[in-house]
Amino acid sequence: MAQTFEEISAADFFYRNRDIAGFTNPARAVFSSMRELVENALDASDLYSVSPDIYIRLSQEDEAEPDEIAVYTLRIEDNGSGIPPRHIPSAFGQVLFGSKYKLKQARGTFGLGGTMAILYGQITTHKPVYVASSTGTSKIYKYKLMIDIQRNRPLILDRKIQINKDKWRGTIVEFCLEGDYFRAMPKILEYLKQTALVTPYANITFIDPKGRLYKFTRVTTKMPPPPKETLPHPYGVDVETIQRLIRITPCRNMLDFMKTHFHRVGENIAHHFLEFAGISERKNPKKLKPHEIVRLVRMIKRFKGFLPPDASCLSPLGEELLKAGILKELKPEFTAVFQRKPSTYSGHPFIVETAIVYGGDVPKDDFPVYRFANRIPLLYDEASDVSVKVIRSINWRRYKVLPDMPIAILVHVCSTKVPYKTVGKEFIADRPEVKREILNGIREVARQLQRFLTKREHVEKERRRLSVFSKYLPKIARFSTELAGKEKTPDIKKLLRTVRKLEEEKK
Amino acid sequence: MKKKKNESSVTEKRKKVLAGLENFGMKLYDQMEEGVFPWIKMPSRSIENIFYSQEVRQYILGDKTVRRTSRNIRHIRPLTRLVWAARFVHELTQHRKTSTLRDVYYSAQAYDMTFKDQPESNNIITDLETVVGLSREDFNVFPEERSAIFGDLTIEYTVPGYEGRQLNLTSHPDGMMIGPALTSANFVKTGADMVIAIEKGGLFTRFIEEAVHKKFNALLVLTAGQAPRATRHFIHRLNKELDLPVHIFTDGDPWGMHIAMVIISGSANAAHLRELTTPDATWSGMWATDIVDYKLPSDPLTNIDIKRLHELQRDPRYKGKLWQREVKKFLKIKKKAEQEAFSRYGLTYIVDEYLPAKLEETS
Repeated sequence: MAQTFEEISAADFFYRNRDIAGFTNPARAVFSSMRELVENALDASDLYSVSPDIYIRLSQEDEAEPDEIAVYTLRIEDNGSGIPPRHIPSAFGQVLFGSKYKLKQARGTFGLGGTMAILYGQITTHKPVYVASSTGTSKIYKYKLMIDIQRNRPLILDRKIQINKDKWRGTIVEFCLEGDYFRAMPKILEYLKQTALVTPYANITFIDPKGRLYKFTRVTTKMPPPPKETLPHPYGVDVETIQRLIRITPCRNMLDFMKTHFHRVGENIAHHFLEFAGISERKNPKKLKPHEIVRLVRMIKRFKGFLPPDASCLSPLGEELLKAGILKELKPEFTAVFQRKPSTYSGHPFIVETAIVYGGDVPKDDFPVYRFANRIPLLYDEASDVSVKVIRSINWRRYKVLPDMPIAILVHVCSTKVPYKTVGKEFIADRPEVKREILNGIREVARQLQRFLTKREHVEKERRRLSVFSKYLPKIARFSTELAGKEKTPDIKKLLRTVRKLEEEKK
Repeated sequence: MKKKKNESSVTEKRKKVLAGLENFGMKLYDQMEEGVFPWIKMPSRSIENIFYSQEVRQYILGDKTVRRTSRNIRHIRPLTRLVWAARFVHELTQHRKTSTLRDVYYSAQAYDMTFKDQPESNNIITDLETVVGLSREDFNVFPEERSAIFGDLTIEYTVPGYEGRQLNLTSHPDGMMIGPALTSANFVKTGADMVIAIEKGGLFTRFIEEAVHKKFNALLVLTAGQAPRATRHFIHRLNKELDLPVHIFTDGDPWGMHIAMVIISGSANAAHLRELTTPDATWSGMWATDIVDYKLPSDPLTNIDIKRLHELQRDPRYKGKLWQREVKKFLKIKKKAEQEAFSRYGLTYIVDEYLPAKLEETS
């Protein structure tokens, strides 16, 4: 019997393997859909440096039969950059089409999540998606789309253009999907809370299927500086990248080639490298033979003279904003935040931000770990995450932390390439460079917590001291007066004042 | 019958107690009037400050003192409790009421001064004894009683409701309990020539039945094991006030030996107190030598017994010839015997033969 071979499209591939993108079951699907679209909305706002206003509504089509999976309508509105009209169909109707295949930090990276959500909606309900978007021009573009799964192409069912009287800018997406909101609810609410924490400059409104309103209000309009796009760092490239660069390069010699296409490679370094690699500076890159390209990549990895990537392509939240977010969402008694200096792993720059939170809304004896990557909360597979491993390895007693204290740890890793272990963006892999930065970041905030706890202990002790004196001195006065057979109790106010004064001096 | 002095040592003692407590209150009061954090100084009761004095023939406290000041957060609570306890026992003594250590523990709670536990409250009473230099029985705080006395001694009660009432201690054939009322009673007269203290209740009853008090003209005191402080003080008074020699009969083992010793020379725990010892009292039996001489039925010494004997051998109170000899003898024969062992020779043997012989030997 003859074997049949067929090519499948990207959409088809993800349709067949939707588990890897986080659409395992109805509860997970509703969570992932909302999450992907919220992240796209936030990225769109960041792109335009506008304080995001995000509106999410999840409504139930009709009461589901007991053994039937419910169908929901998910609507997300943002005030972000909007999508240029010619890209709208592809952005929502084609898997792996996106604006984020560049070397700068963004929440999404694969151009997969949003479309995956819509794809999931389509295969479970067979209904189209409605998209309305405007980049703030005089027109609003409205589309009704479906995805041609086998060909990975959008099918435009309807298209309308509307006059944009109010100069509205942003995007609205609405589609139907099967889901299980009530099982997904805890994760969804936790996700929104943590997103609000790490995006303190956003207004997020959510109306759930029961009509309940959840509102997360911004506490600042300040936004982290947007990341800059960068060239690939030499340590991060492979043979394929070099080949692509050669194809497009206008450079006629290797010296220019190295200077033009790589991050932080200047005249001097390019010169030294080519000498080290034994490649002529004047060689035309287009004339490199395949074995020479392989050798070039090898020499690049071996050369020690490249500068580490700079972090301008990253957009960490910053200590101030992180603190604002924590204060807003957790109302803690104490918090310490810290941003580590940029570092790299395999040519990818990254920055670790850490925080420790004490008291307030932090639950006792849970020791929650809030994990973020490129400002996305990571909610699943906590136990496998590098941060959790690091936290477990720390001897917390050294920092005066006891098991029943209301303490939470926050770790934010931002990078042009977060070392996720899965496509579902759930946990960060165990890279030694990343691990070391996380450890040092946590140690720093833990030391600050220790100072706070020590000081608090001291204040508490002084307060107790004073209360002991004011409780017992009058008693001594009373009993000895009675014992001595005196009428008038001696004046001990002066003594109590001395106690207070001594304490103030100590502080 | 000899008429003994009727001088009320008890009434005098009460005055002394009240004055001591009032002085204590006055001192703290004056300190506060001067704007000073009230403080006190008292002899230290730590092990390093307890010495055996050959002169006084009991344990005494050395020169080390401790200072408790309300300026110190760790001291203010115990000091408050101490003042409270002083006030509490002052009231007791004034109204001639008695109380127990357990009462003290609970009474404090009425003043919002909970003691951590009974030992803590006991400790405060001991502090008060040290500060004022008197024992808790003088403050009318008594432990549980179990010792008794029988014999021709007439006492006069001083407790409220019984003042002036007299009683002869032969009135009840089971003996009279040495409780607060008896402890605070004055001695009126006695026909006795000596005091015989007995460790065990069975033998005490036998002695009464066999009329030992008549045959030997003696007051019989039951210590019921280790003699309580009230009883030790009572024996002290019988010896001092009535001039009666004291003989002590215990089991023939290290523990019985030590019961006698504590009556004679006191304990380290009471090093801060006087008038609890009777240095001239004698231990009249049963000795290790008696076990051999009278061929008494005996038990072998246990390891704990032997360990205890070695301790006693090094104890400064045991320096005397008799004590050293008997400790060695016990260690040699490795035997011990109870007072009841004499029953082997008939129920009256101990009274008819042993007792007269021993009294003669140790008088």
